[in-house]
Amino acid sequence: MRCDNCGEREAAIHLTQIVNNSVTTMHLCEQCAAEKGVETGAGVAKFPLGDFLASLGKSGGGKQEELAAGVACPACGGTMNDFRQTGRLGCARCYTTFEPHLRDLLRRLHGSTQHVGERYAAPPAAGPAEAAPTAPDTRVSALKEQLRRAVEAENFELAAELRDRLKVLE
Amino acid sequence: MIDLRLIPDGGLSWLDASGPLSNIVLSTRVRLARNLDGVPFTVRAGDAERRRVLELVDRVWERSPVARGGMRFLVDDLEPADRLLLHERHLISKELVGAERGRSHAAVYLAGPLGLMVNEEDHLRLQVFRSGFALSEAYADLERLDRELGAALPVAFHQEFGYLTACPTNAGTGLRASVLIHLPGLVLTKEIAKVLQGLTQVGLTFRGLYGEGSEVVGNFFQLSNQTTLGKAEEELLDHLGKIVRRVVTYEEQARQVLLRDAPTIIEDKVWRAYALLRYARSLSFEETMNLLSGVRLGVGLNLIPRLGVYTLNKLLIYTQPAHLAALDMRVPQDQEQRAARAAYVRAVLEDEAARPA
Repeated sequence: MRCDNCGEREAAIHLTQIVNNSVTTMHLCEQCAAEKGVETGAGVAKFPLGDFLASLGKSGGGKQEELAAGVACPACGGTMNDFRQTGRLGCARCYTTFEPHLRDLLRRLHGSTQHVGERYAAPPAAGPAEAAPTAPDTRVSALKEQLRRAVEAENFELAAELRDRLKVLE
Repeated sequence: MIDLRLIPDGGLSWLDASGPLSNIVLSTRVRLARNLDGVPFTVRAGDAERRRVLELVDRVWERSPVARGGMRFLVDDLEPADRLLLHERHLISKELVGAERGRSHAAVYLAGPLGLMVNEEDHLRLQVFRSGFALSEAYADLERLDRELGAALPVAFHQEFGYLTACPTNAGTGLRASVLIHLPGLVLTKEIAKVLQGLTQVGLTFRGLYGEGSEVVGNFFQLSNQTTLGKAEEELLDHLGKIVRRVVTYEEQARQVLLRDAPTIIEDKVWRAYALLRYARSLSFEETMNLLSGVRLGVGLNLIPRLGVYTLNKLLIYTQPAHLAALDMRVPQDQEQRAARAAYVRAVLEDEAARPA
């Protein structure tokens, strides 16, 4: 297959992008891909956390980050400085304490901040030992959402499986 | 003294090569990271808090139908050699091998293909192993364990960010699915760099035999999802599965190219690897992995008859340092270890060759 850009060299990079729910695929040779700034190095995606942690330490990060470096989480006492040093957060509350930073980081790491998929349903406080599984209602709506996304992405294999699972639940 | 021999199948049921495509895909592993709400993450938790986590999980595990017939080991009670042994079986993490004795309250629970690490980087690390390429089956097992734990324990969950983990790289689903895959064809045809590069472009990542930070030896790669947030579990698994299927196809094509263009060279390479394993008197771990890779390729191409994939899987695990040490009940020095390894491999291969067809 020839490169879509130069039409001369063999295409080696097949870049599939999803923009506004439509899927486009570009076939590029390594040279054109590099010129277009398509990241191909294995190192790029490998240590985003390290890069982020390093960038936290730079003073160029603005006042907000400098301030946050000293703020301690009320639940565990952890700070952004601790996080920078260890790469680990202190507790679940840290996600709320440092929410703006973490939202930014999560977006960089995962390309998204909104969790989809299994949702945790707290067990009934004084319920019997055999706690109920996730309420069928939330299971159904979660599956429906996944089904919608699967159809959008034209992933019919997955869609069929999800539809079958929905049938069982409904 | 805890006897690890009491673990059914040694926690290694996936070695039997019964799963789909098990000649190329050795095993499928899926893990979920979970934390208990209201308790600091393990690294920041105090001694009493870690103990509390352990007690809570103990209580759930004892009643759990999924855990029936399972076992529990306190990492504190394990000898260093035994910790290494479990690590070589991928049943406990590197972190737990080095856990400080008596203070960690770390534990590992095993039940069939399921495992649960407590007080690792996250309070709970649920994992499952399956032979061959079996992502959805593996996840189905794991989901049951997750449901049981979630139904009885307060789990740290955020409406937007999903399941919360000590490292933000695991937040959201907390799911990491990986396959251990053998790609000698792509390495020999020098196509591997492109394939690995392609993986990083589609949100996957690769590692060596022992996971994060480990070297690739013997052409064994672990392919897994890089991101855990923003996609549902099924989507993550489905995406990984599709790419793995494609990589398997590339690998099969590369093998056919090798057989077509260089049949003598390949056949020679494969048999030399077998001959060395069968007769060598001293083998380093790395050399063993490389030779096993050659022999495995030979078995996949039907060049070496009467040698089972199960035997090759077994050799992969039991020639590791802690496993050799366990055979001998002492820790051999480097030279002795190489000799012990060669002796073990010879015995296994002789046994297999002597078996009637």
